[in-house]
Amino acid sequence: MNENINLPIETRLYKTKIINDEKSHLIVDNEICAKCKNPLCTIVCPANVYKFQDETKKVIMVNYENCLECGACKICCKHIKWNYPEVRYGVNYKFG
Amino acid sequence: MKYLSSLKNKPEFDVIVVGAGPSGVSAAITLAQADKKVLLIERGDYPGSKNMYGGVMYSHAINEIFPNFLDEAPIERIIRKHNYSVMLENESSNICYSGNIKNDKNISFTALRSKFDKWCIEQAQKKGVIYAPRTLVKNLIVKDNFVVGVKTEIEEIYAPITIIADGVNSLLSKEIGLREDIEPKDVAISVKEVYKLNQNTINERFNLLSDDDGAMIECLGYPFNEILGLSFVYTNKDSIAIGVGISLDELTKTSLRPYDYLDLFKNHPNIKPLIKDGELIEYSAHLIPEGGYKKIPELFTNGAMVVGDAAMLVNNVNFEGTNLALISGHLAAKTAIIALDCNDSSKNTLKLYQKFIKESFIYQDLKSFKDIMNYVKKRKQSFLDFYPKELNLFLKTFVEANGIAKRKVYLNFILQFLKSRSIIELFKDFFTFVKIFLGVFIK
Repeated sequence: MNENINLPIETRLYKTKIINDEKSHLIVDNEICAKCKNPLCTIVCPANVYKFQDETKKVIMVNYENCLECGACKICCKHIKWNYPEVRYGVNYKFG
Repeated sequence: MKYLSSLKNKPEFDVIVVGAGPSGVSAAITLAQADKKVLLIERGDYPGSKNMYGGVMYSHAINEIFPNFLDEAPIERIIRKHNYSVMLENESSNICYSGNIKNDKNISFTALRSKFDKWCIEQAQKKGVIYAPRTLVKNLIVKDNFVVGVKTEIEEIYAPITIIADGVNSLLSKEIGLREDIEPKDVAISVKEVYKLNQNTINERFNLLSDDDGAMIECLGYPFNEILGLSFVYTNKDSIAIGVGISLDELTKTSLRPYDYLDLFKNHPNIKPLIKDGELIEYSAHLIPEGGYKKIPELFTNGAMVVGDAAMLVNNVNFEGTNLALISGHLAAKTAIIALDCNDSSKNTLKLYQKFIKESFIYQDLKSFKDIMNYVKKRKQSFLDFYPKELNLFLKTFVEANGIAKRKVYLNFILQFLKSRSIIELFKDFFTFVKIFLGVFIK
């Protein structure tokens, strides 16, 4: 089972219980993103929430369903409107 | 929500605690024991649902808040083997303190947040704390420069004192200007995986005598030879927690993601056999406040105090956080009790909290270690790469038999050491050590 060891992040996230709201608790401004020269959100996020839509690297897609609510993106980019998910939504750690 | 609406018409609370992590629950139970009316608000579905930590707690702090914890709380394993490792990609040098002292007063142990926090909340409820989960505080209510309560998604709740225990991202303390925006250099991002393994397998792999004994491994070096980070392994009852903590500003300079570092660590020859055949049962991430002494926010204002991670109270040199959280919550509660008894929740009384913190180990440890991370970051190539390599090379030289006279072997090591490091660099390293030493011992 040690092929387990380098699972894609989406498979790992599948092990973590996350309840999804219909709307995103993370808001980006794509006008600002299009001009961004250093998209740190795509590097620091431990759950690959932020991804470029295509090769042109202009539009950021926010996969808020993956969010582990750590806050790293907010600290690296002041333009992200970051909030906690509404109650009953978001991550539910069983082990923590 | 139903918890709160049922209380709507009752008299206000003495204290509102926002956040039911270790600092919040510690504050709440301390207050309830002094017969104060406490509301403990938690945004998660259940205690611990939003919490994540490395994995080790310390008895000295828990004992103060929950004297019965050792017999009753759901703890996983008591740490008997404390392993420290200096790692290179295919090598490592290790040291282990192994303690099997019966009735040792100061123990460290592993616990799962969701189980342990649930137990803590139950104890708090038994003492009279009103616990409101699934409640998100949107704002603090400030009137005439006084924090007078909180605004949730459905209502306003008032109390003379609010204790802000909303964790590392503390939107609330920022909202009322107690702290500034956190910068990447002030936090570490930690990612962790939990692998399920059978108890006996864990006992065998970590050389443990029983299911109650545990081990921890804390590692310096690979995969963090170029950027500042540390790695860890902790044993639970029938699972292993394995993770890394990476300084966020350092991470932004690389192209690897946090979990890439975790994968490199997991594949190290020391670590891989430990989780072999384990089933991944959880992946988690959390920020660790690492700003230390210089980034402690304003701890109080009229009607409010900040505790735990929200107040950046983490000693990252010794991997301590939950104990600082518990004690800071306790000290804030002690202050609140005095303030309520003399009917003054202004800064004038609440400044006592800061005094208590300053007198405690929390402030003193953070002060002692205030410059260490800066020094290590400045001399990162030395601390993370050069010395780990030299240490491993020396031990390799020491254990190796190669038909060459030992005197010559050691002489070669010394020559190699001096060649690979200019005198100026050696002096700089030496002065860094001296500065760290003085920082710890000279007040």
